[in-house]
Amino acid sequence: MLGSLWIIPLLPLIGFGLNLFLGWRKARKSLVTIAGVGSVGLATIAAYWAIIGYLEQPARVIVERYFTWISAGKITVDAAFQIDPLTVVMMAFVTFVGFLIHVYSIGYMHGESDTAYARFFAYMNLFMFSMLVLVLGSSLPLMFVGWEGVGLCSYLLIGFYFEDTYCAMSGKKAFIANRIGDVGFVLGIFATFAVFGSADFTRFLPIAAAHPQQYAGWATAIGLLLFVGATGKSAQIPLYVWLPDAMAGPTPVSALIHAATMVTAGVYMVVRCNVIYRIGPAALLVVAIVGGLTAIYAASIAVAQNDIKKVLAYSTISQLGYMFLGAGVGAFAAAIFHVVTHAFFKALLFLGAGSVIHACSGNQDMRTMGGLRKVMPTTYWTFLAATLAISGIFPFAGFFSKDEILGRTFAAGASNLHGFGWLYYILWFLGITAAFITAFYMFRLVYMTFHGEFRGTEEEKHHLHESPWTMTLPLQVLGVLSIIGGFIGIPKLMTGHASWNLIEHFLDPVVIPLGTGHAAEIAAGVSEHSAGAGIEWLLLLVSLSIAVAGILVARSFYAGEHAFEKPARFVERYPLLYKLILNKYYIDEVYDKVVIQPLYRFARFCWKAIDTIIIDGVIVNGTAFMTELTGDILRFLQTGNVRNYALSVAMGVLLLIVILW
Amino acid sequence: MHIEHLLTFVTLGPAAGALILAFIPGRLEKVQRWAALLISLAEFALSCLLWANFNPDIAGFQLQTAKVPWIPQLGISYHLGIDGISLLLVMLTTLLMPVVIIASWRSISEHVKAFHISLLMLTTAMLGAFVSLDVFLFYVFWELMLIPMYFIIGVWGGPRRIYAAVKFFIYTMVGSVLMLVGILYLAYSNHLQTHVWSFAYSDLLKAGRQLQMGHSFFTSPQMLVFAAFALAFAIKVPMFPFHTWLPDAHTEAPTGGSIILAGVLLKLGTYGFLRYNRPMFPDAWHAFVPLILVLAVIGILYGAWVALVQPDMKKLVAYSSVSHLGFVMLGLAAGTIASTEGAVLQMVNHGLSTGALFLLVGVIYERRHTRMIADYGGIARVVPVYTGLFLLVTLSSIGLPGLNGFVGEFLILAGTWRRYPVAVIFAALGLIFGAIYMLWMVQRVFWNPFTHEENKSLKDINLREVLAVAPLVIFIVWIGVHPTTFLSPMEAAVRSLLMH
Repeated sequence: MLGSLWIIPLLPLIGFGLNLFLGWRKARKSLVTIAGVGSVGLATIAAYWAIIGYLEQPARVIVERYFTWISAGKITVDAAFQIDPLTVVMMAFVTFVGFLIHVYSIGYMHGESDTAYARFFAYMNLFMFSMLVLVLGSSLPLMFVGWEGVGLCSYLLIGFYFEDTYCAMSGKKAFIANRIGDVGFVLGIFATFAVFGSADFTRFLPIAAAHPQQYAGWATAIGLLLFVGATGKSAQIPLYVWLPDAMAGPTPVSALIHAATMVTAGVYMVVRCNVIYRIGPAALLVVAIVGGLTAIYAASIAVAQNDIKKVLAYSTISQLGYMFLGAGVGAFAAAIFHVVTHAFFKALLFLGAGSVIHACSGNQDMRTMGGLRKVMPTTYWTFLAATLAISGIFPFAGFFSKDEILGRTFAAGASNLHGFGWLYYILWFLGITAAFITAFYMFRLVYMTFHGEFRGTEEEKHHLHESPWTMTLPLQVLGVLSIIGGFIGIPKLMTGHASWNLIEHFLDPVVIPLGTGHAAEIAAGVSEHSAGAGIEWLLLLVSLSIAVAGILVARSFYAGEHAFEKPARFVERYPLLYKLILNKYYIDEVYDKVVIQPLYRFARFCWKAIDTIIIDGVIVNGTAFMTELTGDILRFLQTGNVRNYALSVAMGVLLLIVILW
Repeated sequence: MHIEHLLTFVTLGPAAGALILAFIPGRLEKVQRWAALLISLAEFALSCLLWANFNPDIAGFQLQTAKVPWIPQLGISYHLGIDGISLLLVMLTTLLMPVVIIASWRSISEHVKAFHISLLMLTTAMLGAFVSLDVFLFYVFWELMLIPMYFIIGVWGGPRRIYAAVKFFIYTMVGSVLMLVGILYLAYSNHLQTHVWSFAYSDLLKAGRQLQMGHSFFTSPQMLVFAAFALAFAIKVPMFPFHTWLPDAHTEAPTGGSIILAGVLLKLGTYGFLRYNRPMFPDAWHAFVPLILVLAVIGILYGAWVALVQPDMKKLVAYSSVSHLGFVMLGLAAGTIASTEGAVLQMVNHGLSTGALFLLVGVIYERRHTRMIADYGGIARVVPVYTGLFLLVTLSSIGLPGLNGFVGEFLILAGTWRRYPVAVIFAALGLIFGAIYMLWMVQRVFWNPFTHEENKSLKDINLREVLAVAPLVIFIVWIGVHPTTFLSPMEAAVRSLLMH
């Protein structure tokens, strides 16, 4: 498979075409399943085949060029795929998790009509194609092809139930928020072309790495521009607003696109372009700050949400914030590590939530759930594993990756990275606080959903059931991964061997060393050093106890006989704060009032005032009117009456005589 | 057929076809339609032959016809030739004609013969304007375009067709009359220097370049003649603020008319800038670049804003044209190889995408006799195939990578960035607004609850309509995936054009 990487994304693309055709012919669901799930299954096999082939040979970066895509003047973009350790990691989980979610969707979507079922799998396959192009693309423009492609699929899948205004609106909102980010991204590409002459990763990154001082300024600009794209795609402040609404899509979509894969594209991009960010440290700092702020900001909103998917959506935003925080402190491998573990446990959380929603006849409000643990044990236990993982409990997957990020953030503070040590301490504090809130809201979710007594109607209660095996099997697989997935990155601290941190070791070649004697390189190198084993152990204990504390608080709030009493009292005492958080700090409303409404008002002004009245009314038709008016007046000179002409002649003669005389 | 006659066949073929059509009795409408379709298909085949015989390595004009004196006393002759730039636009024109004829199969039911004769005459005029190597001949073709288009809008148009047709005619005429003055001035100054009368493109090119720049606009022959040409082209493009004829013309024109208008006619404006203004008056061009850049960027944003609040689909698409052609002008003004190639490609892209949009709006208009967005909603359920096609064309229009629009915009903006990054930043905002107005329309027409019961009986797109839109879709994808097919033939021409 190595040597023809193009086959990997091509397979789901074929699936897309087949499903469109099947949907058009109103074919049976079984055929759609074969095409839709089969194509992704084959792509997964092909991907792993390629990965094995890659691991068996010595080269660390292989670029396959197929044809010249765009070429004009100084702009050349090849249609080319590249495989390197970063691609391997991304491709490995994207295909595998993607496949599991496709399998899950068989059960989840079985109630749809045949055409809707085909349409769903067509979009999902198109998504897999785009995501694989994003990951395999060997240049920024090619990455952008996948980047916008996944955005399109996101748009289509969020708006899957298009007859619902909210769904249609949410899809559009996602596309436009992403578009705003994408404009930053393309500007970054243009700048890359202008500065480096190429946007191929294997060309411009080494150039930048070799001359870090020379390109520091431009690297900062490019890094920031590209990061604008990342804030859109990966739902960071200020463009995150689309992701909560993206939950309007079917739940497998939320799991695949809005949790496991697409939304991590921004992290992937930053890590892929880590050279740019390292030589332009201001950009890296911005990444860290935005990540840290988003982590705690979104977590705080998740606390008050009652919609099970909304909690998970804000949780995703928050976790993505962690990833950017990791990347922002130069812990690129840790960021990717968290991308991977997050893909496992967050996909599982969403699929579990989907299973719950499935059982509750489409209800997503946790206030009318409860006690589901007894009816759906598989869902419960796997969900619990994922919750422990995201809360950062040892030895679940999230523990290792989150702790690595927090540890490195603290180390950045300790080593006074870029001279902003205090800032990194603050970010670490934000991160650790967010970890507490994470454990709290996740266990709030678990208690509200699975514990206590069922609070829905009798009819709903009667309907409760465990999901079919196509849905529970992916849950179980992801459950196992959420438990053991963290072992690919066991810190040196625990084993005494750096090589046990498999993922970091594997991703080493992705971080290209910078040219000698560069201040930033030295600074970046500093953060590689640990803050000392004693402090590291301490930090580890702090994060663990913080997580446990979060769980205990949630327990006292939402479990047992006095469940919901404390939260009610809290709401009574701080009604404004509660309202603020419940309404997500009114950011949507602010955007609407400050950006969207004025834009429409201004557009209407352009149309009605400038276009219709000034340009067309006064100038264009005014000219026509003046012409007509002039003609109307001059008409009186040409009456056709001989007497009038004779009079004019006589007057003229008279005038001449007077003048000449 | 000798190769040097090929261009003559391509250019005058439709006119000859119109003559044949004139002899078909008026009752035989079906025969007339089929005849027109066959002629247009033959035209496309001929232009493919042109493509096949075209040598992409040659920068100058090739496949030239023999120079035949027409008004020898004034040095005016019949002389045609193409380079990589006009080749693409000729291909676009001949591709769109069968599309227009198929799209008008049902919607045009009165004066069928006259309609097709107008179409064919229009084709000859447009092709002639693209391939003329004699500036006077170019002017004749240029003006000839007005007449059939005037009839197409005025006879087969909507309720306000007379207003729209007259506005279109007079507005365009104002610009072209000044251009005629400019052409005459050029020929005159050429005569002063060489003592020979000539309207040959190559001679007037030299004459234009030698015009004095002067100290101010009104004392500068080069700037004045530049402005005379520029006004004609700016109206045609149309550039902000000369655009208000366009929405009226588009909304009132029948579907076929809108397709040609957007697809080809507007391109003559941008083509004029590239073929005449830039190489003929390099110094004046240089002086005017800031103004063109500013107007281009305003056009991009302003067109998008106004499109945003249009209640009428056709008007929305019309204003989107103002925005899209702003991108083309931006690329031309920046004048790097990448931005210029992008601009030329974007001319083709706009012809395909906007042509397809008008066609598809026409499809639904024929069924429901309304173009108001508010009269639809949720129709994806009843017309799934139509929805899919519309969505694809929408995505092409908003520049989704993998489809044609992206390649053009990418090259324009990436090429412009080297010289005018600030302009690019503002222009790139147009990409956001473009997505907003298109997707908002899509949401209100295709998604949302199904509110209008009368849409229930809406029939999905039929085979004839699919056949009409298919060629456009094929090229939308082709250019998106493999634009090199279309970029490499123009490379040499663009390079040499920019050298001067």
